[in-house]
Amino acid sequence: MSGRGGRSETRWAAAILAGFAVLALVPLAAPRDDVLNFLLVILLSITLAESWNIVAGYAGQVNLGHAAFFGIGALVARTLWIDGTPIAAATAAGALLATLSALVIGVAAFRLRGAYFAIGTLALGEISRTTVGNVLAEISTLPTATISTYRLTHRYYVALGLAAVSVAVVAALARSRLGLGMEAVREDEEAAEASGVGALRLKLTALALSAALAGLAGGLFAYYHISYYPSHPFSPHWTFDAVLMTFIGGVGTLHGPVLGAVLYVVLKEYLAVRWVDFHLLIFGALFVAIVLVLPGGLVQAAARLRGAWRR
Amino acid sequence: MTVLAQQLVLGLLIGSLYGLAAAGLSLVFGVLKVLNVAHGELIMLGGYGAFWAVALLGMDPFAALALVVPAALVLGAVLFLGLFGFVMRADEETRIKNSLLIGFGLALALHALAVQLWTADERSIPTPYGGAVITVAGLSLPVVRLLTLALAFALIGALHLLLAHWRWGQAIRAAAEDWQAALLTGIDVRRAYLLAFAMGTALAGAAGTLVTIGYSISPSIGLEWTLKALIVVVLAGLGSMLGTFTGGLALGVAEAVSAAAFGGPYREVVGLVIFVVVLLVRPRGLFGR
Repeated sequence: MSGRGGRSETRWAAAILAGFAVLALVPLAAPRDDVLNFLLVILLSITLAESWNIVAGYAGQVNLGHAAFFGIGALVARTLWIDGTPIAAATAAGALLATLSALVIGVAAFRLRGAYFAIGTLALGEISRTTVGNVLAEISTLPTATISTYRLTHRYYVALGLAAVSVAVVAALARSRLGLGMEAVREDEEAAEASGVGALRLKLTALALSAALAGLAGGLFAYYHISYYPSHPFSPHWTFDAVLMTFIGGVGTLHGPVLGAVLYVVLKEYLAVRWVDFHLLIFGALFVAIVLVLPGGLVQAAARLRGAWRR
Repeated sequence: MTVLAQQLVLGLLIGSLYGLAAAGLSLVFGVLKVLNVAHGELIMLGGYGAFWAVALLGMDPFAALALVVPAALVLGAVLFLGLFGFVMRADEETRIKNSLLIGFGLALALHALAVQLWTADERSIPTPYGGAVITVAGLSLPVVRLLTLALAFALIGALHLLLAHWRWGQAIRAAAEDWQAALLTGIDVRRAYLLAFAMGTALAGAAGTLVTIGYSISPSIGLEWTLKALIVVVLAGLGSMLGTFTGGLALGVAEAVSAAAFGGPYREVVGLVIFVVVLLVRPRGLFGR
C-alpha cells in the first residue's frame, strides 16, 4: 500500500494519461476490429479495477458485491437507451442509480466490519444477480436500426474517456484530504474515529464514488455489446476480475490496477486460444502468493527491486 | 398439499447435505478463526474424487467415501501447512480477512483447474439402485437421497463424538475456547489447528461425494456451496455440530417453502436474504456461541 501523499500518484496519472492520449490515435490508423476490441476490453477493465480500488484500496473495505453496481449501470443505461434516450443521458442515469443504491446499501452494509462486510456484500451481489436473472430472463438485443449504425470507434472512445476519468478521479482522491481520511480509516478505524475522522461518512463516500464509476462502466458495457443476458453484468466474475487485477497490480495505488488490468487481459486473451479459463489458475495462484508474501502487489515488487538495485 | 409436503421432504433431504457442508466450514472457522471461502471448491473436488473412484476404479459410489475422506484429510493438511497456516500469527481480525483473500484466490485456481481436468460439463454418478423410490403416505422418497441423508447424519454424529471424547478432539475444543490457556496446559495448539483444518476438508470431501451421488456437480458449484455453508453457519452459530446439521435442514426447508411460494428460481434468494438479515441484526457477535 502506498499512502505517502499524492505526489507520486500525480506523476503516475500524468504518465498514464499520456499513454491514453497515444491510444486515442489508434483508430486513425484504421486497425482491424479485433485490435480495437482488445484495447477496449483493457480500458473497460482499467475503469472497473480503479473503481473497485477506491473502496477497497483507499478505504480498505473489501466489497465483493461490486458487480451489482456495474449491473445496475448496464441495466438502466440499456433500458433507457433502447427506449430512445440518448446514450450519454442513459449512462448518466445508470451511474446515478448505481450511486444512490450504493448509499442505501452502504448505510446497512457498513454495520459490518472487515471480512463480514466482504461476505455480506457477496450475498447482496448474488441476490441482485438472481433477482435480475429471474425477472428479466430474456436476452437483450439491440434493435436492427441501431445495429446497422453501430460504430466500434465510438465505443472505443467512450472506453478511453471513462478509463481516463477513473484514473483522474483516483489521482485527485489520492492528493485530497478525503483520500487521506479514507486511508486513515483503512489503517485503523477506531484511531481514525478518535482523531475526529467520520469513518462512516468517508466509507459511504468511497462506496458512492466507486459505484458511480462502476455504473458508468456498466453503461459502456450496455452500449458496447449487441446482445447479452441482463443478468450477465451482475455476475460475480466482474467483481472477481476487479479484485484480481487490483490486488495483483497493487491495491491502494494509482498505477497498480492499471498494470494489473493490462496483464490480466493480455494473459487471458493469450491463453484463451488454447485453454478456457486457464488464466484464472495462474492469477488465482498469483493472488494467493501476493496475499501471503507481497501485500503490495507487483508495484511493491518493483519498488523493492529498485531499492535493491540502488543499494 | 401433497405437492408442498413432497417439496418439504426433498428440502429436508438436500438440507442434510447443507448441514454436512456447513459442518466443515464451522469447524475451521470456530477453531482457527480462518474463513475459508474455498470450502465450496473443496466440496467440488471431493465430488470429482468420488466421480473418479467410480469411473476409473469401478467402486461403489458410497464406498468411494472410504477413498475420498482420507485423501481430503491429506489435502487439508497440505493446504494448512502450505497456505492457511501462515495467517495464524496475525490477530483475529487480520487473520479472518487474509484467510478470506487466500480462500478467494484458491477458489478461483481450483475452479480453473477443475475445468481443465473434467471440463465444464455437469456430472453425476449413476448408481445401480439409482431410480429406486420408496412411497410413504403418498410421498415419494428417492432411496439414494435417503441414504445420503443417513450418511450425512452419521458423519455429523461421528464428528460430534470425536470432538467430545477423543483426546485430540478435546484438544481442538480447548484451542477453540482459548488458545493461550490451551498452550499453557501443554496442548500442541498448532497440531490441533492442523487437525481441525484437515478434518474440515475431509468433511467437505464427504459432502462432495454425497452431492455427486444424490445430485450433480460441475466445476462452478463452488461459490454456491460456499454460500450455502456460510448461510447455515450464520443460522446455527458455532460450537455445536448437531446444531449445524439442524441449521442445514432448516435451510433446505426454507428453500422448499420459498420455491413453493415464489417459484423455483427464487429458491436461491431466500437463504441469502436470511443471511443478510441475520448479519445486519448481529453484525459482530454473529458467529458467536
